Amino acid sequence: MKGYIKINKDFCKECHLCISACPKGCIIPTKEYNSHGYHPVATDEGKECTGCTLCAIMCPEIAIEVYRD
Amino acid sequence: MAKKLFSRPKSLKEAGFHYCPGCGHSITHRLVAEVIDELGIRGITIGVPPAGCAVLAYNYFDVDMLEAQHGRGPATATGIKRALPDRIVFSYQGDGDLAAIGIAESFHAANRGENITVIFINNAVYGMTGGQMAPTTMLDQKTTTTPAGRNKTLDGYPVKVCETFSQLKGPTYLERVTVNSPASVNKAKKAIKKAFQCQMDGLGFSLVEILSPCPTNWKMTSVAACKWIDEVMSKEFPLGVFKDNMAAVKKPAEAAS
Repeated sequence: MKGYIKINKDFCKECHLCISACPKGCIIPTKEYNSHGYHPVATDEGKECTGCTLCAIMCPEIAIEVYRD
Repeated sequence: MAKKLFSRPKSLKEAGFHYCPGCGHSITHRLVAEVIDELGIRGITIGVPPAGCAVLAYNYFDVDMLEAQHGRGPATATGIKRALPDRIVFSYQGDGDLAAIGIAESFHAANRGENITVIFINNAVYGMTGGQMAPTTMLDQKTTTTPAGRNKTLDGYPVKVCETFSQLKGPTYLERVTVNSPASVNKAKKAIKKAFQCQMDGLGFSLVEILSPCPTNWKMTSVAACKWIDEVMSKEFPLGVFKDNMAAVKKPAEAAS
């Protein structure tokens, strides 16, 4: 695994800009609820994240932190 | 040990934004905070939030903030900058604030070439009050007060702030950017950084206009709103640098010193 992201589920507002920004399709919508009543996004463990930070650059809520090994 | 590549800038408080999902304000807040961090001016920056969606910006920026009356951001910023010339002063305004009620203050602050930075969010509607027509609303665009689309006979034409201000001699740096894709966000950050640098070097008035998605009032999804900026809005409001006098202003100042 080259990189990984941490999603702060309580900050996510389900705008899905990260999903359209991710070139590898690593981020997927979920059906769970957060404390504000939104459906936060989650990472797809099957896909390989490269740590390119494009999702975090687009995320309006700064809910994504990006790490690379 | 994993290396952290991206996290919240220090100049933003650890608070969730009140903005709608997919709003460009949140992205711009982060860019301004990142620029303040990178330039190392967190301790000497004073921000002026507007009336509008960003009225609560002082809850998010971890710098001194002084709320302005509706539209009077550049006038307030002028006062702060003249009283405290060693501080970095920025005014953060929306299109209802800068282009409607505050056009006089903005225009004359630009004309005087005040050494302040204005961050101007253009989303073509009044966001906070429920999506009414703004001066920047495009012809035939549907809003809650123009249900059949903006009519040029009744409502006039969209106000183009960067084009108008570029005709004045006062301003030093004017650029229009957008925040609808990762590449344009990076470009917007560069523009904001240049605007702050312009003020730090004492070169005069700088304004960055940001075409910002407003999915709630455009009645679209966030992703469709970003696309709409590319397909419709940036045709009416072309992106680019409208005035960059930084090099010309810098030279005489260097020769004098």
